Amino acid sequence: MPHVANIAVSILFDGLAYAMFLFITSVGLSVTMGLMNFVNLAHGAFAMAGGYIVVTLTRTLGIDFVPSLIIASVLVGIISIPFERGLYRRLYKATDLEQVLLTIGLAFMAIATFTYFYGPIPKSVPLPTWLQGDINLGFRAFPSYRAFLIVLGVILIVVLWYVFERTNIGAKIRAAVDNRRMAESVGINVDRLFTLTFAVGSGLAALGGGLAIQLFGLTPYFAVLYLVLFLIVVAVGGLGSLKGTLLAALVLGVFDTAGKYLFADAGGFFIYAVTVVVLLIKPAGFYGRE
Amino acid sequence: MAVSNTMTAPAKPAASREEAASFLIKRHRFRAAEALPWLIAIAVYFIFPDRMTFGSQVLVMIMFALSLDLILGYAGIVTLGHAAFFGIGAYTVGLGAAKLGWTEPVSGLFAAAIVAGLVGFMTGWFLLRYRGLTLLMLTLATAIMLQEAGNLRSDLSGGYDGLPGLTFDPLFGKFDYDLYGHTYYIYALVALAVVFYVVRRIVYSPFGAALTGIRENVRRMHAIGSPVHGRLVMVYTIAAAIAGIAGALFTQTNAYVTLTVFDFDNSAKVMVMLILGGTGRLYGAFLGAAVYMILEDHLSKLSPTFWQFGIGLLLVLAVLFARRGLMGLIEDAAKFVAKRRQS
Repeated sequence: MPHVANIAVSILFDGLAYAMFLFITSVGLSVTMGLMNFVNLAHGAFAMAGGYIVVTLTRTLGIDFVPSLIIASVLVGIISIPFERGLYRRLYKATDLEQVLLTIGLAFMAIATFTYFYGPIPKSVPLPTWLQGDINLGFRAFPSYRAFLIVLGVILIVVLWYVFERTNIGAKIRAAVDNRRMAESVGINVDRLFTLTFAVGSGLAALGGGLAIQLFGLTPYFAVLYLVLFLIVVAVGGLGSLKGTLLAALVLGVFDTAGKYLFADAGGFFIYAVTVVVLLIKPAGFYGRE
Repeated sequence: MAVSNTMTAPAKPAASREEAASFLIKRHRFRAAEALPWLIAIAVYFIFPDRMTFGSQVLVMIMFALSLDLILGYAGIVTLGHAAFFGIGAYTVGLGAAKLGWTEPVSGLFAAAIVAGLVGFMTGWFLLRYRGLTLLMLTLATAIMLQEAGNLRSDLSGGYDGLPGLTFDPLFGKFDYDLYGHTYYIYALVALAVVFYVVRRIVYSPFGAALTGIRENVRRMHAIGSPVHGRLVMVYTIAAAIAGIAGALFTQTNAYVTLTVFDFDNSAKVMVMLILGGTGRLYGAFLGAAVYMILEDHLSKLSPTFWQFGIGLLLVLAVLFARRGLMGLIEDAAKFVAKRRQS
């Protein structure tokens, strides 16, 4: 049955591309939440800011798409540092509720600011020719942009895995996620480590935001609309776990795509059903500590 | 130092113990200041006769915020999906009127309370074993799944276009609904008063004290043998039922309902109102909902973007500088004035 196989391949391919987007955007959130147990609902706002910077760079300044992505992530990473130093830091020991409220407040302010400057109409981004159209892999053609997403995602996974598992910094982060007090008492500066991971995580979110423009279009409401997805990926994967975030992104990305392909009406139902089932069985997520 | 301590030690605890005891005995009694919000609500009826529809909406949101206060402010359950129960109440009445011809309003409120309470009991029994981020995500997912389910059966729910033009019977077969919503306002006010009385009784009962204990120190409550899970499920069910009544009133006063009642925005909005007013204070819900609705009404007419920025800024400022909300500020001011008078 070639038809069924064809649909299955499409689902896997699109699901994989979607999963890569979810992974890139959520991984920073997962590590920062694992480090500080901080519920950051403004993470989507950083992703949205990255998207709008990419729009400005490509549309107004005429810079190519790929360099714009890099500039946007670096910029947002730098911009996020004063937020962490000035605001987030005050609330590390506060309750979940206070963290939720502060970061929702920040997200609202970000939405309003970007609506003021860019308007509520969805933005698109000009792609270079090599990212348009289809790419032929011999047995069938795939959309180039999604193939690009998958390749980029795999590269990032390898890089992050290397940094996490094979470098000194990675070992420090893992130690701090595991037991913060112990890590501090052996001389690791967890505060500085956290600022660093927060900036990198926000930069990666901005990259995800830039990549998402072509997939979903970009409006200021991106900040809360997709935030739920990122949080779900983090919760299902387990806080602070790279492996868990990847697994959760893959499961949720493929399930969501399959659900939308096979049962168009049920829409987003599947992703939430999967979330509820996973969290009821494993409250701390796939690789979280109970 | 040591000598003076032993001298004053026996006297001081006795006095403070007496003070604490009299506080516990008296704290459930009605104070004169508590009449103020109700007098204002009645005064509004006479001063702004042409703004009654808006007034009833404020009363509905007060009731919704009050239900959240019960679980968030007293039991310490942080939820991002409280709109689920508001929506269930709203749709119980809406579907009842549109599909079954159940247009009697007061029994509609009871039906909404029962249905929302049942769903609250079932979801609460599962979800309240979890805490922190997991609980946030599970409550959020519950509300969104209900919304998606409604969207799936848009033949029944009307989808995002909603169920427009619902009609309800005159109250008790006598008081008909007029164009300006005067009857609705009184109706909503009476409903709010009844609900408030129930909530107040709960809060000052031993059950309410147990909830505060769970909020402050769950481990200790477990250690002294308090049935923590059962108490949480019970208060969650009660709060769900009250949110359901608020949702039902919402449908009845607006005469329409759409799936946007389940929105994350709705859950976030009611939380913002409560935080703004002050959690765990009963009247925080009144102050917060009223201030929020009036500000929204004025500022969003000027510019919705400006309003959104303002509410974000308010939240950030509230968390950084006024963690006990407007009621907290008022309490501080009252203490300050009292101190001034003493000295």
